[in-house]
Amino acid sequence: MSDTTAVAAHGVPDDHGAHHPRLQHHFDTLDQQLYASTFGMWVFLVTEVLFFGGLFMAYIVYRIWYPEMFVHASSHLNITLGAINTAVLIGSSLTMAYAVNSAQRGASPKEQVFWLLSTMGLGSVFLGIKVIEYADKFKHHLVPGPNFHFEDPAYQATAQIYYSLYFALTGLHATHMIVGIVIMAVIVRMAAKGNFDAKWYTPVEIMGLYWHFVDLVWIFLFPLLYLIGGAH
Amino acid sequence: MSAHVVGNRFTYFLVFLALMVGTVVTVWVAEIHLGWLNLPVALAIAVTKAMLVILFFMHLKDHPKLIKVTFGAAFFFFAILVAHTLSDYLSRETRGMPTYPASGLISNQ
Repeated sequence: MSDTTAVAAHGVPDDHGAHHPRLQHHFDTLDQQLYASTFGMWVFLVTEVLFFGGLFMAYIVYRIWYPEMFVHASSHLNITLGAINTAVLIGSSLTMAYAVNSAQRGASPKEQVFWLLSTMGLGSVFLGIKVIEYADKFKHHLVPGPNFHFEDPAYQATAQIYYSLYFALTGLHATHMIVGIVIMAVIVRMAAKGNFDAKWYTPVEIMGLYWHFVDLVWIFLFPLLYLIGGAH
Repeated sequence: MSAHVVGNRFTYFLVFLALMVGTVVTVWVAEIHLGWLNLPVALAIAVTKAMLVILFFMHLKDHPKLIKVTFGAAFFFFAILVAHTLSDYLSRETRGMPTYPASGLISNQ
């Protein structure tokens, strides 16, 4: 049996001399390679769900224990800023989806870079608003610790639990955004060099999954941390 | 099966609009006094928004079954975490943190 027939039987194109430069030798096709990478990213996201899940579990236990305290403590969050940030993050998910789409279509590097930079920009706006919110909490002594001061002395002790959860959850979320923006800077560079085309765009795809996941976490954080007071 | 899924840009925009509407609705409904119903309503809106992101932005809708089952497993294990933790904390005689008057940190329930 000639070499060519053996290779063809494994589903590799006959012109295997003209492999895509990004196809690694242990994969048969670019499609299989993308599937492996995508699957790996989804497995990572499973660990992320459980990473945040531990904190959400703590939130559930404390909210069951101190329902009134949660209403009072959360009333010091700025719902307007939280809602604006939600919109900003959803917008960044849209530009991220367009960034992946532009790479998949093999659009010009200029277009790919535009959507990636838009996503980074919106992500930075989100973090900027978060800085304003955090600064406000420091100013009003709402950071757990010796300087914590809550207007209603009945909740002086327990409100610190709420703010510990607030800083842990939003802090872990913001850390994920910072990591995402840094990685995206590398991908912008690759896109600018014209590395991505309709056949190979794996890094943009993986970046997209990560970015949408970060959006996903915020979709739950916003109502659970900011919108409790309305029930009061 | 393939993980190569090219989405439709108009669909993305519609999903974006739906997510924005969901955000406005969740803020609006939180201002209305529904008693114990406020939390389930807020969670229902959040889950709907999350599904839109997962199915359309992350293309899980068109991904191979292996990936769907894998991601679903995350929520299955989170449910186990919640069920087992609550079966402990909710069956205790006392609720809340233990009191340590001397430290002053957790002194009032």
